[in-house]
Amino acid sequence: MVEVHQHDVVIVGGGAAGLRAAIAAVEADPNASIALVSKVYPMRSHTVSAEGGAAAVARPDDTLEMHGYDTVKGSDFLGDQDVIQYFVEQAPKELTLLEHWGCPWSRNDDGSVATRAFGGMTTKRTWFAADKVGFHMLHTLFQHSMRFDGIVRFDEFFVTKLLVEDGAVRGVAALEIRTGEMKAILGRAVILATGGAGKCFPFTTNGNIKTGDGMSLAYRAGVPLKDMEFVQYHPTGLPGTGILITEATRGEGGYLRNADGERFLVERDYGLGTKAELGPRDMISRAIYQEVQAGRGIKGPYGDFVHLDLTHLGEEKINSRLPFVRELGKTYAGVDPVHEPIPIRPVVHYMMGGVDTDIEGATLLPGLYAAGEVAAVSMNGANRLGSNSLTECLVFGAKAGEKAVEFARHASAGSEGRLRAQAEEEAGRIDGLRGKKKGGERIAQVRREMTEAMEEGCGVYREQSSMHQACRDLAQLKGRAADLVLSDESKVFNTEVLTALELHNMLDVAESVALAAAARKESRGAHACSDFPTRNDQEYLHHSLVWFEPGGPRVDRKDVTLGTWEPEERKY
Amino acid sequence: MSSSPTKKTFVVTRFDPDQDEHPRTDTYEIPVREDWKVLDALNYIKDEVDPTLSHRWSCRMAVCGSCGMQVNGEPKLTCKTALAEYGDTVVVAPLANFPVVRDLVVEMEAFMEKFKAVKPWMIHAKERAAEEGTYLQSPAELQAFKQFSMCINCMLCYAACPVVANEPSFLGPAAVALGHRYNQDSRDDGDAERNEVFREDGGVFACSYANECSEVCPKNVDPAAAVQQAKLLNVLDWAKSFVVPRGGKS
Repeated sequence: MVEVHQHDVVIVGGGAAGLRAAIAAVEADPNASIALVSKVYPMRSHTVSAEGGAAAVARPDDTLEMHGYDTVKGSDFLGDQDVIQYFVEQAPKELTLLEHWGCPWSRNDDGSVATRAFGGMTTKRTWFAADKVGFHMLHTLFQHSMRFDGIVRFDEFFVTKLLVEDGAVRGVAALEIRTGEMKAILGRAVILATGGAGKCFPFTTNGNIKTGDGMSLAYRAGVPLKDMEFVQYHPTGLPGTGILITEATRGEGGYLRNADGERFLVERDYGLGTKAELGPRDMISRAIYQEVQAGRGIKGPYGDFVHLDLTHLGEEKINSRLPFVRELGKTYAGVDPVHEPIPIRPVVHYMMGGVDTDIEGATLLPGLYAAGEVAAVSMNGANRLGSNSLTECLVFGAKAGEKAVEFARHASAGSEGRLRAQAEEEAGRIDGLRGKKKGGERIAQVRREMTEAMEEGCGVYREQSSMHQACRDLAQLKGRAADLVLSDESKVFNTEVLTALELHNMLDVAESVALAAAARKESRGAHACSDFPTRNDQEYLHHSLVWFEPGGPRVDRKDVTLGTWEPEERKY
Repeated sequence: MSSSPTKKTFVVTRFDPDQDEHPRTDTYEIPVREDWKVLDALNYIKDEVDPTLSHRWSCRMAVCGSCGMQVNGEPKLTCKTALAEYGDTVVVAPLANFPVVRDLVVEMEAFMEKFKAVKPWMIHAKERAAEEGTYLQSPAELQAFKQFSMCINCMLCYAACPVVANEPSFLGPAAVALGHRYNQDSRDDGDAERNEVFREDGGVFACSYANECSEVCPKNVDPAAAVQQAKLLNVLDWAKSFVVPRGGKS
């Protein structure tokens, strides 16, 4: 019989958003019991890989209004302005709390917190801890969370299903990876904080765990995914591995150069004006792509690339501000950035889209919240500015945590027997998958074909024919994924069954990306459509939604919240 | 970087508690690229040869700390360790000094307990509200603990530590370095509490200063230095307790 655990709030995911939500929840109600469920130990969460910084107004020459405008313009006017307003207001407080909790922010000589320049931001407002900001934020949050007895961790538990009864979420079914046993972890509110889904693509900065699990969980429970077509390509990833080289390299003064050594963002018109290397990510990724298409890339074993040149910054600055970049360059690209340029190319980095939530992180399923990259609270719109997402995890993680506790206080727990029965059904489903030798399809093969379909159809530039082809390919791959062959029969730490479940999740996400992309016949932010090269506010100034339906996914739309800033041409 | 495939043989420890009484090995001969890390080879085996192999990994950029294993007998972060450093045969085993859950996956609950035991969070004599703004901390004050805050919890130092091997209850290098990190932070007032933990049996004085921990650390945290500094501070603290009430703290 499936074991049942009773808590007040269940949080799925132990990265920055999940941990911040847990802390906020237990601070809002010290008597509450918060289950923090994660498929990895929290310090392994992908927040750890973020490098460059977290944005919040800190300097006297900066204003909340400027941060708001930069974010709205960066979003190509698809960010909800009420959400952005709330975000910029809360950002300084959240980064200050992190400081109180021990985050080793880099300092000015007077002991105040230092800030650096970042793409699309008009002034220095990105707080940093050298170039390991995600690592330090994650470890600070995780270590701080340990002081609260009300936070009960379920490390290495993989959530396979949301338990829904009488139209409200009541908990999760979670596989204990170590034993292979299914557990019902019940709570009167559930927060999804599982991050993004970069692994849907072949070439990504994302770690192996970024498989869109929370997006799929919500989608399957009837909550729509929003703005999924907007996939951020980070301009500077290492060819081959996709390892991230932070935007802080450019914030600190680095240059991008083509095969001729030319600073093409300065010498050629890519709409970036004087911003040059400090332009937003979508535009710089397209510029690199065009340089390579024009034959001005450098040939390499993993395709053509351009150079990120830091040599003029000097060893001292690189060692103090960008030590991790130096380590990554030496270890994974065979170059010392002090002396040689780093080979880079655009690489899938971040999903602007995600689970549709309101400004408080609530979804349309009562009791279900989402925060961080898994969610589309709609502060990033069609393109996220670098260093806004770590702060987003804190601001909206905290909000979701507070709201979930409040919701749980008034919600009923549902029937334990019926919820247990649902989890038992899940246990049966996983048992049927484990060691299923009869299937005809290999996990790695289907996964590879999925990533290829995504790169072909939903890359830096897209066109109608390739997007529609991706939709057809993904529908077919979903069929094949129902017939996977699994050879590992053991219940103990069976990672093969996890990869099968993750593949199913990624296919849900990938299909929603391709469908939403094909439906948006314009170019906006990260969605650059060759057939429709301009933004079309008349017809497409709206969010897109993708709904899961038994007969197949349905694409829909939702209004954007404007307010202070009217849409204008996005030129820097 | 050429992509011409060469072959290497991997001897990998396997253990499934449902079936095996003792660990055994499986041998895989696979094509490898010369720019691959050890982890790339394990992932190739998992995807293309034997999907039953279990190992932990995620970031593949030496910061999440998941993929520590013994490679040819030494604790290594497999995503950071170039295959080119090895000959035709590479032996991969689970991290030493930890119980094995399955194949290359070790049990880390005891490590997590030690980690929590050092109270790795800020202890402020007086709580500060967010509205009061950040603490001031000079670059030099930051420097005093920064190195010890770089630990990625990969546990290589425990696999290398001869004291952990004999005395599994030893707090161990990473946990001491973490506690010391907070003790050295100018914003923190919790050193008396942490020093009590450090002085317990299995605390800092159990360390025999073999320095193996610092040699295997993939992030240059130098946990051995943290342990030695913590020992010294505790001796001073202990001595002061005889002459000044409250261990010399005002």
